[in-house]
Amino acid sequence: MNLRSFAAALAVTVVLPLGAASAADLEVTHWWTSGGEAAAVAELAKAFDATGNHWVDGAIAGSGSTARPIMVSRITGGDPMAATQFNHGRQAEELVEAGLMRDLTDVATKEKWKEIIKPASLLDSCTIDGKIYCAPVNIHSWQWLWLSNAAFKQAGVDVPKNWDEFVAAAPALEKAGIVPLAVGGQPWQAAGAFDVLMVAIAGKDTFQKVFGDKDEEAAAGPEIAKVFKAADDARRMSKGTNVQDWNQATNMVITGKAGGQIMGDWAQGEFQLAGQKAGTDYTCLPGLGVNEVISTGGDAFYFPLLKDEEKSKAQEALASTLLNPATQVAFNLKKGSLPVRGDVDLAAANDCMKKGLDILAKGNVIQGTDQLLSADSQKQKEDLFSEFFANPSMTPEDAQKRFADIIASAD
Amino acid sequence: MPEIVAFNTIAAGIEPEVEKVQARATQVGPRGRKPRRALSGRNIMIYGTLIVVALYYLLPLYVMVMTSLKGMPEIRLGNIFAPPLEITFEPWVKAWSSACTGLNCDGLSRGFWNSVRITVPSTIVSIAIASVNGYALANWRFKGADLFFTILIVGAFIPYQVMIYPIVIVLRELGVYGSLTGLIIVHTIFGMPILTLLFRNYFAGLPEELFKAARVDGAGFWTIYFRIMLPMSMPIFVVAMILQVTGIWNDFLFGVVFTRPEYYPMTVQLNNIVNSVQGVKEYNVNMAATILTGAVPLIVYFVSGRLFVRGIAAGAVKG
Amino acid sequence: MAGHTRGSGRPNQWLRNLNAKLASIPMILTAVVIFLGGTVWTVVYSFTNSRLLPRLSFVGLDQYERLWAAPRWLISVQNLVIYGFFSLIFSLAIGFLLAALMDQKIRFENTFRTIMLYPFALSFIVTGLVWQWLLNPEYGIQSVVRSLGWTSFAFDPLYNSNIVIYGILIAALWQGTGLVMCLMLAGLRGIDEDIWKATRVDGIPMWKTYLLVIIPMMRGVFITTLVIIASGIVKVYDLVVAQTSGGPGIASEVPAKYVYDYMFQAQNLGQGFAASTMMLVTVAIIIVPWAYLEFGGGRKRA
Repeated sequence: MNLRSFAAALAVTVVLPLGAASAADLEVTHWWTSGGEAAAVAELAKAFDATGNHWVDGAIAGSGSTARPIMVSRITGGDPMAATQFNHGRQAEELVEAGLMRDLTDVATKEKWKEIIKPASLLDSCTIDGKIYCAPVNIHSWQWLWLSNAAFKQAGVDVPKNWDEFVAAAPALEKAGIVPLAVGGQPWQAAGAFDVLMVAIAGKDTFQKVFGDKDEEAAAGPEIAKVFKAADDARRMSKGTNVQDWNQATNMVITGKAGGQIMGDWAQGEFQLAGQKAGTDYTCLPGLGVNEVISTGGDAFYFPLLKDEEKSKAQEALASTLLNPATQVAFNLKKGSLPVRGDVDLAAANDCMKKGLDILAKGNVIQGTDQLLSADSQKQKEDLFSEFFANPSMTPEDAQKRFADIIASAD
Repeated sequence: MPEIVAFNTIAAGIEPEVEKVQARATQVGPRGRKPRRALSGRNIMIYGTLIVVALYYLLPLYVMVMTSLKGMPEIRLGNIFAPPLEITFEPWVKAWSSACTGLNCDGLSRGFWNSVRITVPSTIVSIAIASVNGYALANWRFKGADLFFTILIVGAFIPYQVMIYPIVIVLRELGVYGSLTGLIIVHTIFGMPILTLLFRNYFAGLPEELFKAARVDGAGFWTIYFRIMLPMSMPIFVVAMILQVTGIWNDFLFGVVFTRPEYYPMTVQLNNIVNSVQGVKEYNVNMAATILTGAVPLIVYFVSGRLFVRGIAAGAVKG
Repeated sequence: MAGHTRGSGRPNQWLRNLNAKLASIPMILTAVVIFLGGTVWTVVYSFTNSRLLPRLSFVGLDQYERLWAAPRWLISVQNLVIYGFFSLIFSLAIGFLLAALMDQKIRFENTFRTIMLYPFALSFIVTGLVWQWLLNPEYGIQSVVRSLGWTSFAFDPLYNSNIVIYGILIAALWQGTGLVMCLMLAGLRGIDEDIWKATRVDGIPMWKTYLLVIIPMMRGVFITTLVIIASGIVKVYDLVVAQTSGGPGIASEVPAKYVYDYMFQAQNLGQGFAASTMMLVTVAIIIVPWAYLEFGGGRKRA
């Protein structure tokens, strides 16, 4: 049975090149399966198909933790896909070092990626030993507070303009039967929310000291103690969320069952899909309205080394398609993220995205925690904060002590 | 020949054994005490307990079916135990043919035949190998066999996830990584401990005299296996099949890790439908997808559940 | 029967029983290459600082020190003990009880058996999803009971850290007891009618017959069942992921999930391997001596 299918597969690879001059089917794996995300991927596929090649979609639902082992096994097992999503930063480092990934420097030089990609740190994350191994596609920032205007109206209070007002409004929301702050049960959401509180309350420098320099003392210091105080408030306000997925939590904000949510700008795609308008139906506060700084993590595509020449050529076409100005605009509008090139026109962007672009232009940016910390340290942080948010008997002081320990051993 | 000498000494004690075999052969169906009057206290207790238990087992299925027939607005309003006010088959259609994962909007239908292509050969190969193992262990023990078997049983306790890397390496070296053959090998490996144990215990429980008599007649390893052991082993083959069909059909991890997308089983789509949320979770579609994915093992159960009991009787009669 | 096939030091000993040896090659390869080889490989790499890809740079016992200092691992172990204990007791007890009831010449045996066995046909992903739903306080059992008038009724095991593991247990038992019942039933049907006749003549009460005569006779079935249940307990993963993802917080984490999360999410293979080595060592300490006594050591038949 297998021999026959192998023969069939062989026949196909032999026949195809004769039929179509330089077209190839490329399998692209990713974990973008929520409504907004899928719509955004469709834009990438459309643009790539227009080059005469064909995008074979290999979506694996269930966020990176389900998809990543599959991607890594297939690459190390010698049967790689043609391109794959990773959060950019340090996730794929070792695959590159093992010589399993393709060097994109030629394409990058030809298309002047160094000049067009802003901020430069994005391309730095793709660069290992002076060679470029990935194509960044978007900038995602974590530092947003999304508020449901309807929920506040129902509770009879004004929509808050910053974190402190939000905390003050919490009792009124609770009285109206609304969960003030939706925090989904997946561990990364609690950890992410804490990072956001840190930038907003302790500021950019402390953030850099703790996560960038892994300064244990700063992590145990009074500035971070304030952040844990705020996290304690957040914990109290999130009681009764009872959902797992981030977009279910976002949905609580959309339907007015929750007052707000601390979530990255990808939440915007969900608001858009639900037909809501920034400003009238929901409000967004970058940096929690306290400290307008955004992080510049994001997604990138990596290209495993392939033996097939046709496909290798098509990989180049895909890489340049991803950074094409038109693709960048179409993709990022749907995804709710910011484009990686500074020279594209985002006239169609809504209020929230414009705020983001503004902050980006001012240079009020920090690196994302995915870029600063290893996946291992991130996971330990997630364990800590998911426990903290679920367990009211854990004091902020204890949590801070454990946090400092994680930072001390972080790499 | 020493075998014959050994046989003769045992043969003296064979008479009562044969009677026992015949006694088994005449029994068909359940035993235990003879039922008394229909409405005795004992019967009320038995049926009462069984009915309560059956309700507990059926409750989730009931909820699944009811939910899959409701529209989303009704689900949001309501009581999960209430029957649908308005029956709709849309969730079923959607789950089968149009639910999306990423860009592929063809629901579960995409993976159905792949699941069949994976499950059928994997089940057959793994059962064939494990039954021969069990037979060798029960009737033809050789030095060291127990050691290998002990390792195998301990292997049943290893979490699958830990073995991903070593197996990727082995399959890569064999040159079957990403192929259907590779996946069949993986299922055979992970099915082996429990199946071998099942077959070994079953064969060891068959009357020894049959085996010995065949040996005296000069029958060898394979002849005895095919002529005597196989026909007597329907029930255990049915149990093994139930275990394997269920395990392999429901497998998600191996299906995605060890193959290419063109072989992805139905569970991959199920996972994608259940886990990719488009705004609100579409519980009705999830439930329909769930039932559809479970349909094949369920049908196997309905059909083979009867064989399970009949198999025991038939096995004894033929013996 | 082992006795007559064992050679007694004759020159062609290797050729004796050759067919059985040839037929066992797949088993031997699986045992040695995959299970033994894979285990040794895992243990070796648990002493390294391997990240995304395995690499041999040794760090001694670092991974183990970190493992036993991690609150999440401790909770995982504790959960597994609770879950394992109750799951084992209840599966065996309920499974046997149901099988005994089914063996009373009842009507509709097929129907009852199918009803009890069908959950086993559903994957853990599905089981987890359905029970997550039934146990959800907003629209599951709690809300239904409340709507019937008991407004203070509280039943939300999946959202209460203290009892969440029992919520998982409910689903696990729902899924698994049917198969245990079937195995037990097959065992009961293998028991001679003569035994029943004899005990009836002697006037031994039924429960005593089961406890003292029947159960000891079903040793093989019990062992098979025990291995099936116990190996399922150690490996429990999907059910937890589908029902709670380890939550609330880390209250329902289990060891297999720790292993998987650290191997692939945290990309710290060394840590994952250290955790899985601990699991294996524990299993081996319990199983190996028992298995060897049970399956080896000259015993003729189980």
